[in-house]
Amino acid sequence: MYRYDEFDERFVRERVAQFRDQVARRLEGALTEEEFRPLRLKNGLYLQLHAYMLRIAIPYGTLSSRQMRQLAMIADRWDRGYGHFTTRQNIQFNWPKLRDVPDILDALADVEMHCIQTSGNCIRNVTADHFAGVAADEVEDPRPTAELIRQWSSLHPEFVWLPRKFKIAVTGAAHDRAAIRVHDIGLRILRHPETREIGYEVIVGGGLGRTPMIGKVIRDFLPKEELLAYLEAIMRVYNLEGRRDNKFKARVKILVHEIGTEEFIRRVEEEYARLDGPSINADPEEVARIAAYFAPPPYETLPVRSHQLSVQRGLDPAFARWVDTNTFPHRVAGYAAVTISLKPVGRAPGDITSDQMRVVADLADRYSFGEIRATHSQNLVLAHVRQDDLHGLWQALGEADLASANVGLVTDIIACPGLDYCALATARSIPIAQAISRRFQDPARQREIGPLQIKISGCINACGHHHVGHIGILGLEKKGIENYQITLGGDATETAALGERLGPGIDADQVPDAIERIVGVYLRERTEGEEFIATVRRIGLEPFKRAFEAQGAGELADAAA
Amino acid sequence: MAAPKRPPLPVILLANDLLDGDVVFHTGRGWSRDPADAAVARDDAAAAALEAVAEAEMAANRVIDAYVVDVELAADGRPVPRHYRERFKTLGPSHRPDLGKQAEFARK
Repeated sequence: MYRYDEFDERFVRERVAQFRDQVARRLEGALTEEEFRPLRLKNGLYLQLHAYMLRIAIPYGTLSSRQMRQLAMIADRWDRGYGHFTTRQNIQFNWPKLRDVPDILDALADVEMHCIQTSGNCIRNVTADHFAGVAADEVEDPRPTAELIRQWSSLHPEFVWLPRKFKIAVTGAAHDRAAIRVHDIGLRILRHPETREIGYEVIVGGGLGRTPMIGKVIRDFLPKEELLAYLEAIMRVYNLEGRRDNKFKARVKILVHEIGTEEFIRRVEEEYARLDGPSINADPEEVARIAAYFAPPPYETLPVRSHQLSVQRGLDPAFARWVDTNTFPHRVAGYAAVTISLKPVGRAPGDITSDQMRVVADLADRYSFGEIRATHSQNLVLAHVRQDDLHGLWQALGEADLASANVGLVTDIIACPGLDYCALATARSIPIAQAISRRFQDPARQREIGPLQIKISGCINACGHHHVGHIGILGLEKKGIENYQITLGGDATETAALGERLGPGIDADQVPDAIERIVGVYLRERTEGEEFIATVRRIGLEPFKRAFEAQGAGELADAAA
Repeated sequence: MAAPKRPPLPVILLANDLLDGDVVFHTGRGWSRDPADAAVARDDAAAAALEAVAEAEMAANRVIDAYVVDVELAADGRPVPRHYRERFKTLGPSHRPDLGKQAEFARK
């Protein structure tokens, strides 16, 4: 893991002191709320419905057991004993008091954490593939790139007041687990087809929210050492020409869309040609220094297949099911990457208690070199577990209600906090997720249905990524009542697609039945081994629309009977 | 001059406490964290008075996001916001009855 050097340490401490002073001035009345608001947002502090909310950055989703324990301490001491992992691999506390926030930030700085640029019109926390460094299909670990971008973008004097927020995601693998096509900038590390040199595919102008767009490739291959200068060229074009006059048109996706990809590329390349690249690009020594922090942990030499694991699988079917759904092949023989589901049936997706945080921290120390990752699907990952240890890990997780065997299945639902917490929300998300997960709680049925991603947002800002859910659910308000639009066919991976609406919005209590009908069509129509999203692509929306519409008609018939 | 936009009567005034962030309700004399203490304005003059309080209290840096909300009166006389968003502000997260005002000010 990356460790702060003296510059990082000083920067974060100075920032805490600065914010402490800003809070004091706010409380004295020297700063009005209008003056204070952008300052608190730049430090991750929002005002939500019931209280303030503090969003803590977890750079590219990686945190240490020590950091996790500190988060547990903060949850207990200054919040209500739990936290919420978000779709941007961050964690949020829902009940901090303004007067305590400077102390919380100091406690975070003690473990090399902060809330800087988790909000506001700046380059936000950079996200990455949660299987970085361990995935077999990876060309290169994306975390050194993400860390380099974090350092470059932190308080970059040119880019701290952008037209709007700006989100960057990086993957080093062919299969996209970081949703790079729906970010302002998505980077994919790849090898040049001829020279085999390592570089980046650069994608710009993706995004969800009010106007969802799939990003456009603006460079097929950018040599690795040119990254920062090229990013700077993109940011300059956007900073200069992004629409500051209209908040809803200020994201880079709108600029790319309005002037066209070709013209956007032309302007970026023109700016890039003008820039003094060598003065911007990172010193190779510094790149190497950063990369060294992400060197693989000291793995043991183990057989490819663990005998112990096969025996335990045979003896314990529940364990075998968990291994099937919650482990991911590791590039090192004898190891597995484990996803800890934060989606037990009937609970709020992504929520974790302070006790569970401590359990995860202890298990990370015991089984995974003290390292933990947060995923954009609101789960956690222990990336380096010996296959021999899986059974012990599973048992310990089970004692803490952390062994749900549902990763990637219908109950592994992404949901934003929605109107249960969020001041921007138009409807609730969490109770919808709870109702669906209760409806589909039977483990055998979940496995029969297979991989299916449901994503729920409580407003058009789309923090719950509903546009790219296989089934997307968007909560809106209609005549003073919560109303939910269902979309189908979204995809957040390398085959990115935006879901399409199935029909008119429905009431909250109709949502589980609607999902049931959609799943029913899939089970009827699928071919042998065909996953949900593949069936949707093959047969199109019509059969699903008919089933969806029949629901409304069926209810009328029931009422008349 | 056009009349300021105001929700239909009756209304109450709610806000978030600057220091704590907690939702607070104006009682007519000061702020209370208990929604049952909210003063109910039943006519335009009373509603205008609450709006004036909102402005003054925000200017005095005691509260933020202060605004009046239209309510219905429950059988026991307690004001209940008509819109679900503000109703949640008087209760807390709907999936966590152990948190927020619904837990703190649970009525028998």
